[in-house]
Amino acid sequence: MVTPRTTPPKAQKTPKRPGRQGLSGFLRSSNGKKAVMAVSGAVLVLFLIGHMVGNLKIFLGEGTFNSYAEWLRTVGEPALPARTMLTLTEIVLALAVIAHMWSAVSLARRAAKARPVKYAARRKSQANGYVVHTMRYGGVIIVLFVVWHLLDLTFGAVNPKGYDATPYDRVVAGFDPSRWWVTAFYVVALVMVGLHLRHGLWSAFQTLGLANGRARHLLNVGAAVLSTLLVLGFLAVPLAVMIGAVK
Amino acid sequence: MNLTLKVWRQNGPADSGRMVTYQVEDVSPDMSFLEMLDVLNERLILEGDDPVAFDHDCREGICGMCGMVINGVAHGEQRATTTCQLHMRHFKDGDTVTIEPWRAAPFPVVKDLVVDRGAFDRIIQAGGFISVPAGSAPDAHSIPVKKENADDAFDAATCIGCGACVAACPNGSASLFTAAKITHLGLLPQGQPERDSRVVAMVEQMDLEGFGGCTNTGECTAVCPKGISLDVISQMNRDYLKAAN
Repeated sequence: MVTPRTTPPKAQKTPKRPGRQGLSGFLRSSNGKKAVMAVSGAVLVLFLIGHMVGNLKIFLGEGTFNSYAEWLRTVGEPALPARTMLTLTEIVLALAVIAHMWSAVSLARRAAKARPVKYAARRKSQANGYVVHTMRYGGVIIVLFVVWHLLDLTFGAVNPKGYDATPYDRVVAGFDPSRWWVTAFYVVALVMVGLHLRHGLWSAFQTLGLANGRARHLLNVGAAVLSTLLVLGFLAVPLAVMIGAVK
Repeated sequence: MNLTLKVWRQNGPADSGRMVTYQVEDVSPDMSFLEMLDVLNERLILEGDDPVAFDHDCREGICGMCGMVINGVAHGEQRATTTCQLHMRHFKDGDTVTIEPWRAAPFPVVKDLVVDRGAFDRIIQAGGFISVPAGSAPDAHSIPVKKENADDAFDAATCIGCGACVAACPNGSASLFTAAKITHLGLLPQGQPERDSRVVAMVEQMDLEGFGGCTNTGECTAVCPKGISLDVISQMNRDYLKAAN
């Protein structure tokens, strides 16, 4: 027998719109942090490509290289004040580096908490090689390198020619054969950047959900090619100075 | 063949645990890894010792109960194989074999090699289902599903929830498991109404349980006894970004 309902059903509290959780929830989630990592990494990769192209202008001669450096400071003038584009780029890069490091540190801390007891047996990587396991310490080496690199060629603080020399002179003096240890550090750090990108390039697409099936294979090949090209492009300049091809 | 086993022994959740060395003699190459442990346990019982506790049920590679880290590799080095389907012919006479439980904070050790995988159940409870009265199975062709989607959903659905992905991941991430369930339901028509809320709720629960984040190392898919592909994690990431924004 069906008894008629005497009281109306209690009004349900309107459920949270499914899926919505706000920016703070997004940034707290592991997936959100990964997305921050991917997007900030993509910004840095775009910068690296531009940086490498700029570096290679040194092979077009001292005048071209120095006027390119000058152009970076004056682009947009007179519509924009001097250094506008360069300052904007620096701000975006600084934010990208901070975001990238923030997500790396918080994911690393989460990972450390997730495995408090380590395995007794030495674990052998079952996946594709060792590169993916260099990301964290590799990242630290890259940060130290960037600090040195800025002190060397941007601020001239540790460069023999100092801040007032032309960019070309700073490069030639910085990689002088007598300072072979600087060049060696650059080589190690750039190889580290290459390994970082070898995993990071395709990984960013995977994190953003763009790496299904065949796409992953193409992205993997693309990551290997682009990371190799970037390393070779960046290494070309210090090694050319080292052997005296650029002087 | 004769083997030296280094086995993790832990009396209970509160015990700190230690590696204990055992000799096992006359192991047949046709034994499964678990049968080899049965031989050890029978001897330990006869000697009045406590047998080594480990999870197991079907012993035919489909239930997801068994699993241990063998020489540093979840389910051992044989690919796409559960521990129960790993045979002793892959070992050599005189080998030393290290056997440990899954190591992850969300998988506390119950005893010896047995861990509590309740965290996986709670991830499923958070959204790994469809809220429709299912009734009896509908006719196979009553709701058309694209062949590729049906195939991909089925591949994802082969996950047996053993936890090897977590054990192998350097971050202790449960992404492969969670993503397999999300992909399985998200690719089928029945899973659409809750697709957005499901991915957000399951990822949230995965984080709450204390699993680490995915860094796409691929260690999970390499040890997965069902060969679940990283595709599912890409799918989960895509669904999550769509749903959460």
